[in-house]
Amino acid sequence: MSVLLIAEHNNKEVKPFTFNAITAASQINDDLHVLVLGYEAEDVVKSLSEVPNIKKVIHVDDEIYKNYIAENYTSAIVKHAENYSHIVSSANTFGKNLMPRIAALLDTSQVSDIIKVISEDTFLRPIYAGNAFATVKSNDKKKCVTIRPTSFDPSEKSGGSAEIIKSDPADASASTKFLKKEEVKSDRPELGTARIVISGGRGMQNGENFKLISDIADKLNAAIGASRAAVDAGYITNDHQVGQTGKVVVPDLYIAVGISGAIQHLAGMKESKIIVAINKDGEAPIFSVADYGLEADLFDALPKFLSELNKLNTIQK
Amino acid sequence: MKILVAVKRVIDYNVQIRVKEDGSGVVTDNVKMSTNPPDDNAIEEAVKIKEAGKATEIVAITIGEEKAQETVRKALAVGADRGIHVKVDSVIEPLAVSKILKKIVEKENPDLVFMGKQAIDDDCNQTGQMLAALLNWPQATFASKIEVKDNSLEVTREIDEGLETIEVNVPAIVTCDLRLNEPRYASLPNIMKAKKKPIEQINASDLGIDINPRIEQIKVEEPPKRKAGIKVASVEELVQKLKNEAKVI
Repeated sequence: MSVLLIAEHNNKEVKPFTFNAITAASQINDDLHVLVLGYEAEDVVKSLSEVPNIKKVIHVDDEIYKNYIAENYTSAIVKHAENYSHIVSSANTFGKNLMPRIAALLDTSQVSDIIKVISEDTFLRPIYAGNAFATVKSNDKKKCVTIRPTSFDPSEKSGGSAEIIKSDPADASASTKFLKKEEVKSDRPELGTARIVISGGRGMQNGENFKLISDIADKLNAAIGASRAAVDAGYITNDHQVGQTGKVVVPDLYIAVGISGAIQHLAGMKESKIIVAINKDGEAPIFSVADYGLEADLFDALPKFLSELNKLNTIQK
Repeated sequence: MKILVAVKRVIDYNVQIRVKEDGSGVVTDNVKMSTNPPDDNAIEEAVKIKEAGKATEIVAITIGEEKAQETVRKALAVGADRGIHVKVDSVIEPLAVSKILKKIVEKENPDLVFMGKQAIDDDCNQTGQMLAALLNWPQATFASKIEVKDNSLEVTREIDEGLETIEVNVPAIVTCDLRLNEPRYASLPNIMKAKKKPIEQINASDLGIDINPRIEQIKVEEPPKRKAGIKVASVEELVQKLKNEAKVI
């Protein structure tokens, strides 16, 4: 019984959610191995070998893994799967795209997006946009599991010295070609891991008004989120979307501005520690999950909010 | 080009979900059902491609109980040419769904298979990728833009970091994001016409596949409730509470 975790990285650095997945994977079984498929990703291999929870790092280096192509990843992972009881990855767009392809080839029914490890075969997972929690037991011999990263703390990153093993690449797909990636670069904290998130909805009325949000985000060192309505309307790019079909966030503080609170949005943020809602409609469903609700016009409230924050002597970072 | 589009019948996205008291699942009796939202985008995209003269036939397929046919009928009303309904009486897992779809693909020989990226009931996000694996076809998941080329598709995918564009050769599987397009409403005359379009019925049990569940659902429960919050009267009070009571800023 060993667990194989598929690392997400950009050939230079390990993506943060991999560390959350490491925590969950080592709760399944502590004989945890990590597979790094990459191109000149030695730094990634090195940092993972220093994670105390990891016993072994398998490194496959080839140009076919330079960009993340699920087809290429899958053939390599299936080759290694034989020795493992569980194949695990994070349930973000990386793992969601990849894991079912592996599971189908292993003839395994995948358990998606778990939020708790109950035992080696039993897990808790949200269904219906988090409006119900299901306890499920996998009866497949080999289990494919994706992990909701925000439900697990990141693992320790240093102090370990895992064995590093080189392995050969598998076949590349001739049918899929990577063309380009449009990554939105930002100096702000990442949405998925930020301590504070401030999100805007349809109430923002246009993209320019998101400046009111970004000014506060700068002050609080917060990430910026958005409802699907705001993204659909083109106020902000898709990587900011919080909700059932976007990102799930669990910050210490979530500030929802001009967001009515459709169940699909609540699915992405209602586990946040403290929720603030600013909305001029006192009946908006967002108030039902808010610890602090302010019924106000956001165009009055946000500038005041910023000036009150500026009056504070210290702000936690 | 021939396009197969898979649609699923789910509890309508506006319905407040209630968990059954005995922990066996969620309440579905007398609850409004409709097509899984991103499956509507999948149908719409297929219809747009056909309208642009790049597809010759659209076949809509659903797998489920008798009433699941409603979703195929709706697809026919917005432009699908014919339907297939694979009858199963119990809930089946994405792996079984993809095995059924594989059988149908082998029979129908479509060039493309479209479906929503995830169903809003079980939130699994698996079927398209699994079908792609079983057929050994390329997959383009979470598509927000599709460009049809001669013998390939250029697909823009929504990923955590932003957008990614890939090219997949045909035949291929595409799973659709809600932002791919704006699904149209069926007009009354088209709804009437759709009633005359054929829907082939197939029993899943006749396909010779094992569709028994591999995952046991032990219990379904309500998530922990948040304790009721308070309304604050002013921005000053809000900031003061965040600083001194919640201690988060």
